[in-house]
Amino acid sequence: MSIAARIRALRARLFRGDQADAELDEELRAHVEMRADDLERAGLSRAEAERRARIEFGGHLRFKEQSREARGGTFWETLAQDARFGLRVLRKSPSFTGVAVVTLALTIGANAVVFASLNALILRPLDVPHPENLYSIHRVKDNSANQSYLDYVDLRDRNRSFVDLAAYDIIQAGLEAGDEPTSTWALVVSGNYFDVLGIRPYRGHLFHASDEHGPDSVPTIVLAYDCWRSRFHEDPGVVGRTVRVNKHPFTVIGVAPPQFKGTLLFFGPDFYAPLVDKGLITGVREMDSRGQRKMIFQTFGHLKPGVTREQAAADLNAISIALEKAYPHDHLHLPVTLQRPGLYGEFLGGPLRAFLTALMLLAGLILLAACANLGSLFAARAADRSRELAVRLALGAGRGRLLRQLFTEAVLVALIGGALGLAGSFALLSWLSAWQPFPRFPLNIPVTPDATLCGAALLLAVVSGLLFGAVPVRQVLRTDPYTVIKSGPASGPGRRLSVRDVLLVAQVAICALLVTSSFVAVRGLERSMHSQYGFEPRNRMLTCASLEMSGYDGDAVLAMQRRMIDALASIPGVTAVGTTDTVPLSQGDVPGTFLFKDETTDLKRGNAAVFPVQFDVSPGYFRAAGARLVAGRSFTWQDDKQAPQVAVINQLLARTLFGSEARALGGWFKQREGTRTQVVGIVEDGKYANLMEDPEPALFLPVMQTPASLTWLVVDSDVSPDQLGPAIRTRLHALDAGLPVFLQSWPDAMGFPLFPSRVAAVALGVLGAMAALLSITGIFGLAAYTVSQRLKELGIRIALGAKGGEILRATLSRPFKLLALGSAAGLVLGVLASQVLAHMVYQATPHDPIVLTCVVLLMLVLGLVATWIPAQRALSVDPLALLREE
Amino acid sequence: MPGEAQLLQGTLDLLILKAVSLGRLHGYGILLRIGQISGQALLVEQGALYPALFRLVRQGLLKASWGTSENNRRAKFYELTAAGRSRLRQETDGWNRLATAIAAVLAAQPGEA
Repeated sequence: MSIAARIRALRARLFRGDQADAELDEELRAHVEMRADDLERAGLSRAEAERRARIEFGGHLRFKEQSREARGGTFWETLAQDARFGLRVLRKSPSFTGVAVVTLALTIGANAVVFASLNALILRPLDVPHPENLYSIHRVKDNSANQSYLDYVDLRDRNRSFVDLAAYDIIQAGLEAGDEPTSTWALVVSGNYFDVLGIRPYRGHLFHASDEHGPDSVPTIVLAYDCWRSRFHEDPGVVGRTVRVNKHPFTVIGVAPPQFKGTLLFFGPDFYAPLVDKGLITGVREMDSRGQRKMIFQTFGHLKPGVTREQAAADLNAISIALEKAYPHDHLHLPVTLQRPGLYGEFLGGPLRAFLTALMLLAGLILLAACANLGSLFAARAADRSRELAVRLALGAGRGRLLRQLFTEAVLVALIGGALGLAGSFALLSWLSAWQPFPRFPLNIPVTPDATLCGAALLLAVVSGLLFGAVPVRQVLRTDPYTVIKSGPASGPGRRLSVRDVLLVAQVAICALLVTSSFVAVRGLERSMHSQYGFEPRNRMLTCASLEMSGYDGDAVLAMQRRMIDALASIPGVTAVGTTDTVPLSQGDVPGTFLFKDETTDLKRGNAAVFPVQFDVSPGYFRAAGARLVAGRSFTWQDDKQAPQVAVINQLLARTLFGSEARALGGWFKQREGTRTQVVGIVEDGKYANLMEDPEPALFLPVMQTPASLTWLVVDSDVSPDQLGPAIRTRLHALDAGLPVFLQSWPDAMGFPLFPSRVAAVALGVLGAMAALLSITGIFGLAAYTVSQRLKELGIRIALGAKGGEILRATLSRPFKLLALGSAAGLVLGVLASQVLAHMVYQATPHDPIVLTCVVLLMLVLGLVATWIPAQRALSVDPLALLREE
Repeated sequence: MPGEAQLLQGTLDLLILKAVSLGRLHGYGILLRIGQISGQALLVEQGALYPALFRLVRQGLLKASWGTSENNRRAKFYELTAAGRSRLRQETDGWNRLATAIAAVLAAQPGEA
């Protein structure tokens, strides 16, 4: 039965209950009146007859209640009655209800958000047919999956484990549909891509393997549904239309279905183009180069029935070893495993799973802490209400009935809180799924709220309601109506360490743990903004001019690059301009290469001396980027095709290749294809792909000798970005009016490598704040309880002349001891947890006096805030007033 | 009241079934009928009748419907269902066996058995 149907049935039952009650009343009334009729006939007056009839009938209410029970099916009636009574009671103490509801709304909301993310990214399989045996191929060493096209074809045709293997790469391309070109993201996919995934077209048709006949042979594209909707306004006649991709004409042959967004969970492309046309679109011809592993981003397929992951991996590794034998110059065997494609295997999947699982655990712990607090609150209330409960017991209510009432109240509060929390999480999630933290990368976080989430939140609410509702049970069961009514609630502070104390210590520990971790993350972030990168991002503006999107090709690219540099250098206030094909620390990935020592003659991959990252840069780049040359010179425009091959290398590469920096300058090495190259300069080491990486060797080649069409202009200036941006745009459009220009300051671009740190810091910070809030209410509850329990004793002490300090020590030493214990435990745990955090946040270290001091101070402040009101109450005890009350 | 017998636990249901088996009756009518056929020896507490009636309806032994009483009051009338009829037969047999046995026990004289 669906939830809606259940609610309808419940309502019908409650309604029937009301009707049955009315009938019961009428039946009993008829009975009494018939009796009165008889008595009247016997000679009594009507009024007297009715009075006698009522007396004879006996306890009307009691029989009514018994009849109701006898009729059966009264569970829902009782529940409705309890709920009505519960709502009335809760409304009478708005502050109590408010605190409970807000606490639950926050904690259940946080749990819902974390659960939704976990569900969307980790638990839920990819939304394609038969995701259970869909795997992608990743190298064991670094979880990377990129391939050369020829290697892919060999793996596809020679393996015996997969039904079929598909491959794709992600590219950026200018798309024109009868208007200005706009920068879009596309997947270039193998012909069998859609058939391997089992995706049916939404409109028209999709690619098939039989369409491919070598490079540039399939001039067609398939639109993604979202792009068709936004860019083509759901044009029903889009199939057959001709569009231009980087100025090349392509025919739209179909539209992919709405729910399909490729095989990556966090990214949705605008369109799909054939992999064999990648060279045509990007201008980089690498299809027939086995050594060029940039051709393919990911390779995946369904396993054949009965084939295990291990068998398939062994199969692929055997092929790879055979390939290395056959092509020693181009193919280096690196063992592979099969992983899930959605998060690029373990590359993102591993850290993300660890992070989200840890968050879920923390959120769960916080909810548990909230339940502990609310449990104490409910227990305190049950103590306050002990007179009410005792009266009800004395009037004959069963203890079961009383407990039921208390549970109903607890679950009611939990449901209200849960509903509010769910509403909040819906808002947060829909914001999150529309979030675009990177201006150049279309992030797609598929965390739209769904029925699973509602179910999970409902379950959490009910379970937590039952959990904290259970805390006062023992108290109620022990209640003895006679003693309570006679002498008021039994008192006497428990000296032993109670369950409640343990819960309080635990939640203070969780709070300290979270606070420590979030401080460590924030400090790490702050440090990473001011550390040594091997370049200086401050005051640097990055400009991406997509030359390939505007149809530049061959020598025209270099000529245009030189014109752009000159144009931007003439802007007043600009001190240096240079280009590079890849900007360090802004895109996440830096292409690599491999080099041989000069004396190596057998240039097979296995003999390579070093695998550095490679940048193709223009003269002036080092000055523009603020990268310090340690020795030698930078490039000049004379280092062109006619001049000898030259390179600038970083210090680490110099030491790896030549043993020392001194020997490196002027030294020779061989590039992958054998070109002898001389080192003319040595630049300081830096960070290239991401902040967490170990020091990497880096090779810089002059763009004149190694052309690159991807052009990032690095502009160093003392002009503010607001003025510099328009100036850059104007100058570039003066050179070519149709050139797509993208501007971003370098510190902004570093948001990409810093993204995991920021997310971690924010998530930990939010959870930490919640935990702090809960700790305050927890300590407050304990302190307030202690003070109210010992008011009498305190009054006597004050009457006997005790000083304020002694009173405070008597009442608050216990809460503070528990606080200290919890904080110490949490601090130790936090220091341990930071080791894990160090994998996500650059320079996250708990061995930082500032962090430790801040945590201790914060916990102390929490304690002071939480005990302030109870302390005031303890100090202002008036012995006379107390005595009068007794 | 002289001659009034204490109602044995569990016998109220039997009395109600018997009373209703003689004809369709409302609650007050059932009381009167029991009093009448027992020669006013058995008197049921008026309010206690209704929980018993509801219990029997729930067990499917009686069915209830609204109608008009002899002096024109709207009242709920009860009648036996097939299950109620067979239950009445069983209970009657059981009661008779029990009564005979108890009577035999009570009639025992010293020296017998």
